[in-house]
Amino acid sequence: MPKPAGGGKLEMFSWWTAGGEADGLNGMFAAYKKQYPSVEIVNATVAGGAGTNAKAVMTTRLFGGDPPDSFQVHAGLEVATYTPDKYLQPLDDIFASEGWDKVFPKDLLTLLKYQDHYWSVPVNIHRANVMWYSKKVFTDNKLEAPKTFDDFFKVADALKAKGIVPFVMGDKEGWESGHVFETVLIGTLGADGYRGLWTGKTAWTDPKVTEALNNYKKMLSYTNTDHAALTWDGAGEYLLNGKGGMQIMGDWQDGWFTSKKFTDYGWAPAPGNSGIFDALSDSFAMPKGVKNTDNAKNWIKVAGSKAGQEAFNPKKGSICARTDCDQSLFNAYLQSAGKDWQSNALVPSVVHGAAAFEKWATAYKDTMALFVTSGDVAKTQAALAQNCKDAGVCK
Amino acid sequence: MSMAQASIAAPRKSKGWLKTDRLLAFVLIAPSVIAIAVFVYGFIGFTTFASFTKWDALLPDFSLVGWRNYEKLFDTTRFQIDLGNTVVFTILFLIACLMLGFMLAVLLDQRIRFEGLFRSVFLFPLAISYIVTGVVWRWLLNPGSVQLGSTGVNLLFEKVGLDFLKNGWYTDPNIGIKAVVIAATWQMSGYVMAMYLAGMRGISEDLREAARVDGATEVQVYRHIILPLLQPITLGAVIILGHMSLKIFDLVVSMTGPGPGFSSDVPAFFMWDTTFRGNNFAQGAGIATILLISVAVLIVPYLIYSTHTEAEV
Repeated sequence: MPKPAGGGKLEMFSWWTAGGEADGLNGMFAAYKKQYPSVEIVNATVAGGAGTNAKAVMTTRLFGGDPPDSFQVHAGLEVATYTPDKYLQPLDDIFASEGWDKVFPKDLLTLLKYQDHYWSVPVNIHRANVMWYSKKVFTDNKLEAPKTFDDFFKVADALKAKGIVPFVMGDKEGWESGHVFETVLIGTLGADGYRGLWTGKTAWTDPKVTEALNNYKKMLSYTNTDHAALTWDGAGEYLLNGKGGMQIMGDWQDGWFTSKKFTDYGWAPAPGNSGIFDALSDSFAMPKGVKNTDNAKNWIKVAGSKAGQEAFNPKKGSICARTDCDQSLFNAYLQSAGKDWQSNALVPSVVHGAAAFEKWATAYKDTMALFVTSGDVAKTQAALAQNCKDAGVCK
Repeated sequence: MSMAQASIAAPRKSKGWLKTDRLLAFVLIAPSVIAIAVFVYGFIGFTTFASFTKWDALLPDFSLVGWRNYEKLFDTTRFQIDLGNTVVFTILFLIACLMLGFMLAVLLDQRIRFEGLFRSVFLFPLAISYIVTGVVWRWLLNPGSVQLGSTGVNLLFEKVGLDFLKNGWYTDPNIGIKAVVIAATWQMSGYVMAMYLAGMRGISEDLREAARVDGATEVQVYRHIILPLLQPITLGAVIILGHMSLKIFDLVVSMTGPGPGFSSDVPAFFMWDTTFRGNNFAQGAGIATILLISVAVLIVPYLIYSTHTEAEV
């Protein structure tokens, strides 16, 4: 039994205000309340997509010396934004005492470490490198989900001949192109090569990057002409009504299909991505100088616990960061993702805050958004290399 | 109240009285002077300072880096595109608004029936915020979707058999910013019309009569008499529309976003993206400073000119 906390408050800061996210958070609050019924939870959410507003408020509070007891941050390099050695408490002790180095995959632990310390505990995992396809279109045309880029182009040609849009895209918001390209990079360079791009081990001038850009350029020639007008879910309509074949998107698309009562879809890793899991994750960190240290520590423990993650993830539509969750709580897609999570090589998503800090990630997104219209391989590769230099990672 | 009356009544001789009068004026003005000094000029100074620092994450880092942020900025493809877009937008927006506004004013100047009604109709868009205008025109210029087929203006073209006019509007990289010009013109041309109309009404009927007696046609009257006399109004309109187009932001945000390949992106949007999404505050401050300078280049000569002429009068 956990030791009972002596009452008081717990102020939890996030940008989960609506839908499955809020439900998931409330689920985790309930799990916390069960263990520490006398603690009053103050839910300090700040609305706004992708946490833009929340992050600004968070900075002011950290900077002004009035931090909440715990706050949400994307796992990975996003903690660098908050100058952790100055403003956050390292969670190494809790990781050791809760035995988390055994239940989280090793690659995830590597990803979480920044300046040799753990700064946040991951509660969930989303997968970014999934290729969704219309089962009806594929069975009608006797096709199978492509595993390599060559397969992909063969399938794409076959679909094109039938008047079906082979590769659906919606890049209205500017990040989607970067999202697809990171899966192409993974597919072309492999897990180690891709990871190296963000640590300076793989050069952006590498011929493999050129090959990835060429692959991507060819893929773009199979897209719907109205891609610039659509968001990713708008583009998903092509799959819903059988007018489109394949789409690369994160696993929030699974939740979207479900909400549209659409079941006739299949999934596979993006081309060349078999055995690699492109991950993004939400996590909780604890600032220095919090008012309710014990309650905050307990919150971190609940967030990393089996009970906490099982309460949170089925509602949010993501999988547990832990490898020992009860899989029967999840739907078919999430179960398959959970299985891959335990066995695959893990790589961090750049568009979703895990691989690079925000300044670099933004520059990368802009460069790739431009590539969709320009198609200029040499210039784009030079710009990508320059982004890495500007970030101070490449020389 | 009593003080104001006293100031009218009392002759300005007593030195002691002068002192309290000045003191009072100073006290009354001081709060706004201080507020403007801090919140406008102080922050302008701070932003300019920030653009020379290394502040590229959420938490400030005030070590100076000289002109590096500006050099990097002008090297960035997106910023180059933005500057081009601003030039295209400003020119097209000015020409379209001035021409349309003048034409509407001439039509309303013909002493037509229901003039008041028409005036309000044309002026109404001004009452709407750019955000609303943007949303409405986003729907009107929507290229359509797989599910719904053509929508908005494209549907109209389809129905009346003008299919060749259908296009992707702001989702077509070749049109991009020009689609935004359409919406902005819709909003602002009524305002230009009102300015011109007021100016035309200020021109005495005798002048027109004299011209007509000399055998001028109605077109010649507008071309040679009225338009030259309206020059100060044209200048005023250019200044107002010009600085609006340099700092346009809300319309782009609500209507198109950055568009494919940043074809409808503008510096103000890039500034917002860089600062609040990318947390690159130094670079964002750099863009803001460039925006301020470009607006100042347009406004300051006008301010000098107008204070100069006022002083002469």
